[in-house]
Amino acid sequence: MAKAKANQKVHPLEELIRTERLPHIWCSGCGVGTVFSACLAAIQETGIDHKKFSMVSGIGCSGRGAGYVKLDSFHTTHGRSIPFATGIKMANPSLNVIVFSGDGDLFAIGGNHFIHAARRNMDITVICINNFIYGMTGGQVAATTPHMDRSATTPYGNPEMPFNLPLMAYASGATYVARWTMIHSRDLTDSFVEAINHRGFSFIEVLSPCPINYGRRNKIKSLDMLKLFADNTIIKNNADPAELDIDFKKGVVLGKFVDIDKPTPDENYEKVCMMR
Amino acid sequence: MEPKVLTGEHFINGDIACAEGAIAAGCTFFGAYPITPATEVAERMSERLPDVCGIFIQMEDEIAAMTSILGAAWTGVKTMTATSGPGFSLMMETVGLAVVTETPCVVVNVQRGGPSTGLPTMGAQADMMQAKWGSHGDYEIIAIAPSSPQEMFDLTIEAFNLSEKYRVPVFIMSDEVVGHMSEKVLIPEAKEIKTVARIKPKGRKDQFKPYQPGENGVPPMPAIGDGYNVHVTGLTHDEQGYPVMSVDTQKDMMNRLLSKIRDNLDDIIRTEEYLLDDADIVIVSYGVSARTAFTAVDMARQMGIRVGLLRLITVWPFPEEMIRDLSKRVKGFVTVEINMGQISREVQRCAGANAPSYLVGHAGGTVITPDEVIHLIKEAF
Repeated sequence: MAKAKANQKVHPLEELIRTERLPHIWCSGCGVGTVFSACLAAIQETGIDHKKFSMVSGIGCSGRGAGYVKLDSFHTTHGRSIPFATGIKMANPSLNVIVFSGDGDLFAIGGNHFIHAARRNMDITVICINNFIYGMTGGQVAATTPHMDRSATTPYGNPEMPFNLPLMAYASGATYVARWTMIHSRDLTDSFVEAINHRGFSFIEVLSPCPINYGRRNKIKSLDMLKLFADNTIIKNNADPAELDIDFKKGVVLGKFVDIDKPTPDENYEKVCMMR
Repeated sequence: MEPKVLTGEHFINGDIACAEGAIAAGCTFFGAYPITPATEVAERMSERLPDVCGIFIQMEDEIAAMTSILGAAWTGVKTMTATSGPGFSLMMETVGLAVVTETPCVVVNVQRGGPSTGLPTMGAQADMMQAKWGSHGDYEIIAIAPSSPQEMFDLTIEAFNLSEKYRVPVFIMSDEVVGHMSEKVLIPEAKEIKTVARIKPKGRKDQFKPYQPGENGVPPMPAIGDGYNVHVTGLTHDEQGYPVMSVDTQKDMMNRLLSKIRDNLDDIIRTEEYLLDDADIVIVSYGVSARTAFTAVDMARQMGIRVGLLRLITVWPFPEEMIRDLSKRVKGFVTVEINMGQISREVQRCAGANAPSYLVGHAGGTVITPDEVIHLIKEAF
């Protein structure tokens, strides 16, 4: 028995996964799992004691991330992962708090919380999986759906314009801002490591495919979407956040755009209020 | 820096007494959003929490305020927020999350006239049913109604104790009048204040089930970083805390969430009786209106009418059995409350056909006078 066990191949991230909960709910062709793996790999790479991590998710496909990670993990209400994480971080600043959620959760229903956490430079890491759609509910238009794209609630094309998320993060005060796609898994992991080690509010947008609910309606096959991620993207660190609109025809800019050091609210609270 | 417990005699308003009660109870995290007439609770907490190494944070809205106190509670600390009607409405979805994840927290509602923006600076007691039913789904919570600044202090401590013991959100259903009224408040010595500490799990961490009930049907609660790797979700979950979308899991989870309150009514329910033993007519009241009711009882007694008072200190869970028992021997009930009939309906439901139930209510904006109560008693009985 012992020998068999020794020879058994163990997934390198196994100690961070609630394996008893597998299989996961993510569809084949979905990118969330890849981003999730990159996040876990980054947690391992930091070398920080796992007990010092907590993951908070909202609602949606990406929001299920917290349910599979073997950390103290919280699956909260729709849009509220950031204020929940804020409560954790302020009450125990020694913890590394990662928000793992989707574009609908973080930027439509939860948009107000995002800009305020960024303004405060709250020392949390926010990972937003942007799949351009509400996946869990069956493919309705999101605040990130490109103009004229089709969804279950924009059958004639999206009449609205989407957010430029890194610009919003930067304008709101985020001190670390990056964008990658899920196929850039090495860069993504490196970026997550940086973000976790970063003092202050860090934000990483990860473009990710939803073949079932976005690709299908917009006639983009699973592999073609990944090809867009590979071929129609440009890595340009320190690019101007105002020029980060997503248009695959022109080329989508990836990279790290902001990395500045500023004090955080937990540090400032201690200085201003407690040590007065 | 002030000490944790401001032992002594104070002349302070209800909102400030509430904040002092919270600090004395061991609250070290307050998620705020300003709203009249509850703002003074937040202001006092912002001033006082640093004294006890506590955290005050003013969030971007009431949803965030309520959510932040749940996150903070899971780090092992006692948490509170305070609001009024419009903010209470915004908090309701998160109240459901607190109930289903069994996260202890105290939520103060200094009630004002509603609906909507209503009467921001004027009192009412019209959120009483919202406190019980405001979030979706079935659930049990605990709601306490202080009648004075002294009780704002004493009962805020009680609220924390009940919240920790039963892992349930506890509402302090105050009102603008009690919140803004200044009276003498006696703060005892720290050693005389009884506080309840959260029960933490023991035993093997890898075999721990976060929602396996312990004593009184309440599971022990670890903090983030204790090494239990808990998963906490608003989805229907099993004892492991994992989501299970099944009829049986829903039934088991709901049964336990309801029964941890319903099986412990004797421990939770607090009432005060005044001249009730020989009463023919029972006034039921709570909060500021109970002050009216005390005077009304005295006035009625002087007229030779045998009126007594049942004051609800906890309004939820409702003292059904007490009302039912009383209904078998009294002529009827009169509920005095600043709304158009909320708790009076509960009284009516419990009294059934045994005794009639009347309301002395008001749309809000002022207190009810004892004369109005006497007038109804004379007309109805």
